[in-house]
Amino acid sequence: MATRCRFENNNEVGVFSKLTNSYCLVSLGGNDVFYNIFEAEVGDQIPVIRTSMAGCRIIGRLSVGNRHGLLVPNSTTDTELQYLRNTLPDSVKLQRVEERLSALGNVVACNDYVALVHPDIDRETEDIIADTLKVEVFRHTIASNPLVGSYCSLSNQGGLVHPNTSTQDQDELATLLQVPIVAGTINQGSELIGAGMVVNDWCAFVGLPTTTTEISVIESIFRLNDQKPSNITSQMRSTLIDSLA
Amino acid sequence: MEEGTVILQNEPVSEERRILCCQCGCVIAPNPANMCVACLRSKVDITESIPKQATLQWCKGCERYLQPPQDWVHCPLESRELLALCLRKLKGLSRVKLVDAGFIWTEPHSKRIKVKLTVQGEVFGGAVLEQVFVVEFTVVNLFCEDCHRTEAKNFWRACVQVRQKTDSKKTMYYLEQLILKHKAHEQTVGIKPMDGGLDFYYATEVNARKMVDFLCAVLPCKDQMSKELISHDIHSNTYNTKTTYSIEIVPVCKDSIVCLPKSLAHNLGGINQLCLVARVASSVHLIDPFTAQVADLTGMVYWRNPFQMIFHSKQLIEFIVMDIELVRNEDLKVFPGQGRVSHKHVVADVWVVKASELGINENPTHVRSHLGHLLKVGDSVLGYNLEDSNINDPHFDKLNKDYIPDVILVKKFYPRVITKRGWKLKHIAEKEGSLFPTDNNDYDEFKVDLEEDVEYRKNVNIYKDKSVVVDADDIDDPFAPHITLEEMLDDLHIDQSDPAMEE
Repeated sequence: MATRCRFENNNEVGVFSKLTNSYCLVSLGGNDVFYNIFEAEVGDQIPVIRTSMAGCRIIGRLSVGNRHGLLVPNSTTDTELQYLRNTLPDSVKLQRVEERLSALGNVVACNDYVALVHPDIDRETEDIIADTLKVEVFRHTIASNPLVGSYCSLSNQGGLVHPNTSTQDQDELATLLQVPIVAGTINQGSELIGAGMVVNDWCAFVGLPTTTTEISVIESIFRLNDQKPSNITSQMRSTLIDSLA
Repeated sequence: MEEGTVILQNEPVSEERRILCCQCGCVIAPNPANMCVACLRSKVDITESIPKQATLQWCKGCERYLQPPQDWVHCPLESRELLALCLRKLKGLSRVKLVDAGFIWTEPHSKRIKVKLTVQGEVFGGAVLEQVFVVEFTVVNLFCEDCHRTEAKNFWRACVQVRQKTDSKKTMYYLEQLILKHKAHEQTVGIKPMDGGLDFYYATEVNARKMVDFLCAVLPCKDQMSKELISHDIHSNTYNTKTTYSIEIVPVCKDSIVCLPKSLAHNLGGINQLCLVARVASSVHLIDPFTAQVADLTGMVYWRNPFQMIFHSKQLIEFIVMDIELVRNEDLKVFPGQGRVSHKHVVADVWVVKASELGINENPTHVRSHLGHLLKVGDSVLGYNLEDSNINDPHFDKLNKDYIPDVILVKKFYPRVITKRGWKLKHIAEKEGSLFPTDNNDYDEFKVDLEEDVEYRKNVNIYKDKSVVVDADDIDDPFAPHITLEEMLDDLHIDQSDPAMEE
């Protein structure tokens, strides 16, 4: 399910956090409110790690990762790298990338199988992405915008893209990614999907002003409420039977 | 207030693009706000900064609208000027782009003016919102300063009072024609006939001063200025005053007899103290009826040695010429230092009897007259009978009684039918009609004077009277002086549209 939150009065939660199926990165803030929300939602399934990157808090925009790995920009300090290596699960590969477009979160969008990258990215980086994240890499744009990481958000269940993406492009992306794609907005009409939300296969975090309409779009495309009927069938069944009995 | 809202697309939609409105979830084409029209309208109001009601000040006296700070402008309902005035009243209009404005019809007497405005404004970084709304203007009454002053009978700043202390109004008729000819009355805010003269009212003192200068140029007169303090601001040292000019025209009329003071007669070339006023133009023209010596008397000289008329034209009586004998030039008395002698006139010895005593009185009165060139035996002539008159004049009393003639002849008398005049004059019209009554003797005499004196009518605009057909055979006396057709002006019909002019 999707949770509304904000980072120190800033609604762009995708800027200050990174959520994958095997770990979660949260920026170091002045207080623990933002961290606590993540800890409460996903802390029992995956490690929630508080960190910075190159001394910056915008970790969501600087790094890219999925279940298999995490790529950080070259400016990341050794201490930060060491800390991440120690706290991340052993199955996750950590790699520093020497790339001119150092805001990797903006130029790469990926799930566990496919990655869309900025058309101008280095061949070397493309190889690193394919090797580390174990994904197929496609150079692509979203609504004629090369910053694919900023304007779309992907999970293994679905993807949300820039509102100006035509249905034709959406079909093309859906074929490429093998997941359903929809155009939509976040944070009450904002087009910066990647910056406004983080998502993995079972939960999402969105900015505080996100409307119910937007949340319902997000939940349906990322199948976040699929578990609810299954909850009813599995967990709640016993109580129902109890009450009937 | 809002009647319709339209979101303008910044770029044309070439492909099929559909998203859900972020507020209500209906399917829309993406726009910069990513909201549907209805949601956008509920969220933002670009006309928020524009007042929906305003007031217009309107003066019911002059039916003008106040254009702040202090201009008053005439604008009819639903006019371009009124729209401009209304839009100027709206403060927040600069923050949006005004696309269209127009009036919504309201009852003219409802004191409400409704203006429908279409404005465009940018919202949410790029979306241009167009909104139509109505602003209601309430028309409130506000008396303008001009009307206020008119209402308070306080509208004139300067007044020119023209007076002539005579019984005859001839000079005033002449003055009216002079004013008309020179259009000197155009700046006045009001003309009022007063006892013995006219009052001209002006809004500014400069205009009054101009009128005074004009009067002093065309008539012998003296002026006096006085100021009345209305209010005074001690802080800014400003004074609010009313100025009154008193103009007194010399109290002598054409065809009257005056008795000059001895010193003045001496100064004027030794002219006889008993003189006939030949004409009152920019100066007083005097003629000695016994020697045809002439003198010009300016207003300034007159007021230094004022004198009175001893006979005026109402006292003229008719005489019949019984005999006439021209006086030869060498018989006329000439002395050194004598003033100019008129060569148009011929001095003659005339024997007359009163027309009323013709056939009764067998002893004609002998009189020396300057009308020798006009008179024949049997002619009628107008003159004053000094013999039978009681004259109260200090200068006349000092004259040697032996030299006072019994009769003074003034002018030849032409019997005529007045209705046959083929010309007319114009008059300054006032609200209650003409300034002076034109159905009296003075006016007829003035018209006769104009006919008889070429010099006199040079300063007067004379118009053809098409309603009177003058047949040459009809004229009683073909030798009587008349105004030639060349001197008359065609009465232009343009003049008739002028409200200040009236026949």
